[in-house]
Amino acid sequence: MPKLSREERHAIGFRLNGQEVTAHAPGRMLLTDLLRHVLGETGTHVGCEHGVCGACTVQVDGEPVRACLMLAAQAEGADIRTVEGLEPAAGELSPLQAAFREHFALQCGFCTAGILMSLDALLKRAPDASEEVIREHLSGHLCRCTGYAPIVKAALAAQAQLKEEEAANA
Amino acid sequence: MKPAPFDYVRADALGEALDALHEAGDEARVIAGGQSLVPMLNMRLARPSVLVDITRVSELKRIEQRKGQVFVGAAVRQVELEHWAPLAGLLPMIAAMMPWIGHAQTRSRGTVCGSLAHADPSAELPLALLALGGEVHLRNRRKKRVLPASAFFMGMMATAVEPGEMIEAVAFPTHPMGTGTAFREIARRHGDFAIVACAAIARPDGTNRLAVGGVADTPQAIDLPDPSDDGFEDALNEFAWSLGARDDLHASARYRRDLVRSLGRQTVKEAISCRS
Repeated sequence: MPKLSREERHAIGFRLNGQEVTAHAPGRMLLTDLLRHVLGETGTHVGCEHGVCGACTVQVDGEPVRACLMLAAQAEGADIRTVEGLEPAAGELSPLQAAFREHFALQCGFCTAGILMSLDALLKRAPDASEEVIREHLSGHLCRCTGYAPIVKAALAAQAQLKEEEAANA
Repeated sequence: MKPAPFDYVRADALGEALDALHEAGDEARVIAGGQSLVPMLNMRLARPSVLVDITRVSELKRIEQRKGQVFVGAAVRQVELEHWAPLAGLLPMIAAMMPWIGHAQTRSRGTVCGSLAHADPSAELPLALLALGGEVHLRNRRKKRVLPASAFFMGMMATAVEPGEMIEAVAFPTHPMGTGTAFREIARRHGDFAIVACAAIARPDGTNRLAVGGVADTPQAIDLPDPSDDGFEDALNEFAWSLGARDDLHASARYRRDLVRSLGRQTVKEAISCRS
């Protein structure tokens, strides 16, 4: 039964975008701050810091999770994916990211990383998700620029393309 | 907004968690998914000096069906109950609530029992506990006790859990043939706090139970006759006034009373139409 004293920093080991990492953090550190400040992975944004806005959403063991509502210590042994892990190859966009660009699904971009991580997880778990389900998942994110309609369009376009690719590979 | 410092204990077994809670007394809080507690820590509305993490305690990760009840362990995440295949058949009210419980991005970590422990007056799972007549199983190092919703919820975000004690599981009764249930909610968007949430049970004998969240400090319930009965509207109106609705940023007291009447009536009728 590990006990982490408040006075010290502790080693936390987990997978980040496919690579084993070990980072040191005090017990009270949030996963957002471990990613951004300790590991320098600043793609994950921090908005409200109490779970309302969704900007900090990352994937933990394949599921979308608010990084601001998870203690860094709770990431021990987890498989974590952030927006930095979406590109299939350096400088290349994933079909979902490309659809966001194509459909003007971002303006300032502050909320985008979180939304991409939610939609990426959804389209993997439920490749046939209806528009209603996509909208329900987007209800966990705030975007103050786009009015959401272009985001829904981009998600549906990415879904269609992913299905096409899968059919071609089958 | 960062949590104040605390010692963090990651329990691997239930006994370890109970020992750690006993040792730290009222300075300790249990953390599981953290979806209600971490916002409180971030805003420093909660400043425990010890956090006991129970997410890895395998004894607490079970969903079990026995003796007409569904037991949900303290480390079971909401998404796990949502995807539990028998849910819609055994607990259709909770299945209907699921999309309204936080967001997909919080149900992925938030636990069923954690929502009960947080006891937000507008939360759905505490409402289900009261509406269905469920029980909370508590234990400390020495003894166990079982409380119904009426004894468990003490007020806004206040429960009967004592220092050194924790929720081990919640038990929701499944209902006999001929029972119907329904759930309806009004919120600004799915996952936001309910302005009013209604859960109803229509029993085989023709009587009904309506539970309402989001208005009083804790969920409240009333027994009602058939909506065609003369006494129905008066009883519902009296209930709406008895909840002591207040004005706030989201809705006026009058709008809340009106919702209790209109949404309450609709929910009872829907439960009756769902009677199998």
